[in-house]
Amino acid sequence: MQKAELLQGNDACVRGALAAGCRFFAGYPITPASEIAHGMARELPPLDGTFIQMEDEIASMGAVIGASLAGAKAMTGTSGPGFSLMQEHISYASIAEVPCVIIDVMRGGPSTGVPTHLAQGDVMQARWGAHGDHPMIVLAPSSVEECFRLTVEAFNLSEKYRTPVVILTDEVIAHMREKVILPSADEIKIFDRRKPTQPPEWFVPYRDPGTGVPPMPAFGEGYRYHVSGLVHDEMGYPTTRADEVDPFIQRLFHKISRDFDKLQWGEEYYTDDSTLDIVAFGSVARAAQRAVKQARERGMKVGLLKLQVLYPFMRRKVTKLMRNSPTILVPEINMGQISREVKRVNQGKCKVETLNKVAHETMTPQEILDKIGEIYA
Amino acid sequence: MPNGRHIIYDYLRTTKRFPHMWCPGCGLGTFLGAFLRAVDKSGYTKDQIVLISGIGCSGRISTYADFNTLHTTHGRALTFATGIKLTKPGLKVIVIMGDGDATAIGGNHFIHAARRNLDITAIVINNSVYGMTGGQVSPETPLDVRTTTSPYGNVESPFDICKLAEAAGAAFVARSTVYHVKLMERLIGRAIDRKGFDVLEIISQCPVQYGRRVGLKSPVEMLQWQKDHAVTQEKARGMSEEDLKDKIRIGALVDNEAPTYQEKLDAMKQSFKGVE
Ligand SMILES: Cc1ncc(C[n+]2csc(CCOP(=O)(O)OP(=O)(O)O)c2C)c(N)n1
Repeated sequence: MQKAELLQGNDACVRGALAAGCRFFAGYPITPASEIAHGMARELPPLDGTFIQMEDEIASMGAVIGASLAGAKAMTGTSGPGFSLMQEHISYASIAEVPCVIIDVMRGGPSTGVPTHLAQGDVMQARWGAHGDHPMIVLAPSSVEECFRLTVEAFNLSEKYRTPVVILTDEVIAHMREKVILPSADEIKIFDRRKPTQPPEWFVPYRDPGTGVPPMPAFGEGYRYHVSGLVHDEMGYPTTRADEVDPFIQRLFHKISRDFDKLQWGEEYYTDDSTLDIVAFGSVARAAQRAVKQARERGMKVGLLKLQVLYPFMRRKVTKLMRNSPTILVPEINMGQISREVKRVNQGKCKVETLNKVAHETMTPQEILDKIGEIYA
Repeated sequence: MPNGRHIIYDYLRTTKRFPHMWCPGCGLGTFLGAFLRAVDKSGYTKDQIVLISGIGCSGRISTYADFNTLHTTHGRALTFATGIKLTKPGLKVIVIMGDGDATAIGGNHFIHAARRNLDITAIVINNSVYGMTGGQVSPETPLDVRTTTSPYGNVESPFDICKLAEAAGAAFVARSTVYHVKLMERLIGRAIDRKGFDVLEIISQCPVQYGRRVGLKSPVEMLQWQKDHAVTQEKARGMSEEDLKDKIRIGALVDNEAPTYQEKLDAMKQSFKGVE
């Protein structure tokens, strides 16, 4: 029987990473993500893992990719300014198909912004911050327990699809303490990257085995192959041939989008009979959940979809709500980022209302309730 | 040449990577030959070696050689190397960079890698210019030289890569030119054999983007320049500061024993076992 613990979101990310098998962390200090580095610095060496504080976040991501290529499950953690520096190598991890996990604890921006305060301004950066056309998986926990669970899942997804996975948390989720009972090791499902089974002479490093995800040996296991940030052919060598470039980029996208239906992770509250639905994520989803309860007590038929996967955007679940509700409300602590996605998939089916706050403090249930009242009036 | 066959053929990739993309007269081919011969003598197997490169003409080397190879991003090869070495300390990690790669965009990574003293061999191919992108000024371009981005003459002073490496803490620092091919091969071999962070600066020629702009009209003239300007450590000892001013010191410049990052880490991990 696992015992109850009082944990902070950042600590839960550390515990989740370790439970998933993460044995390498490289990072650079930044509030409000530093506790992740502190935890990793403490926990990894006794587990024969590696913690290293690099000279900056670009270097941190480089080291994470190197570690992953050498066979380790590897991660870094940062906040907005550091996340921007990591984008060069997130792009690299994407094209070279190197599994890794990046936690961005969002804080008030732009730039140094409001350093220790809350914001959700990095949604688009998480999706599109890296240069070039690339797929991206972005997860967003809204509780300490979800920090643990989604960090485990982030590693599983990155290993399964050979792709960088971003966990977007925010200052409130990261620093909030909640009572949690974490699952024991045998209750957690772990996915490890597939390795080649054929002899090295037969190995074609980037050939699609049918799943879109080529098996990945670690350096030093006898499969000498070439890893590059240049678009490459099946052998890994640079190519500019249209008949090789096109299928390669297509495969990068399709290896994830073919499982699109499996990535609709969200929790719904009171959406069976709702006529107004809220779509929210992170700390705002908590306030929204409270607001929905209070609205119901007043007889308003409000529902909530809490997004746990931000990208690929959960079109299936969101459009299902749109078939029943004339209005969708999207509250978020930015000037409107997830609401753009909601509008994009809406295609005129219903009205999309936004509620934005950029004072870099939490959104209260009352603020959301007021907005619900306004829409109802 | 045992059995009439060049050693390098055992190490070059035979798949569709050739002909290579370097210009005629480039120093990179000569370097690659010396490098592969040094690796052959080192006793490491191809599977034990990870060859990592940055971006630039020099960065393409990793594509051609049959090791575990990693072509990284511009300036940041050492950061990838750090992750690999820390994860698989048993692998021999060798990094090849251009001068812009190592000392401009990668300057910060370079000094910090040297400071950490990880077991990594870092080779900087210094052709005094940005070769791949069209002959722009680099942190290694001498004062007054005209390049595509210093059309009225370079107003910045270059780094001395070896002094930079020494000051940052590299355990072994050496320099050769491409002309001194035997020395180059020996120094590469020594660097590979040693533990700790080794920096090897190779003065190379870029006839297309650099030579023709400084009045050295052919690769041969550039190699002649290397021959005329290089002085060995022994020879330099007998020369005045004045005479050494426009000369390049070649040979092993720094050779220190210092505990490596891995050794310190192992000692730390040993202490965990103690407490149990
Ligand atoms: C972040 C980034 N900035 C710029 C470039 C463009 N670029 C490619 S190679 C290069 C310079 C190459 O010069 P050097 O490192 O001296 O190597 P060489 O080509 O001379 O071997 C530059 C600026 C890049 N690839 N990435």
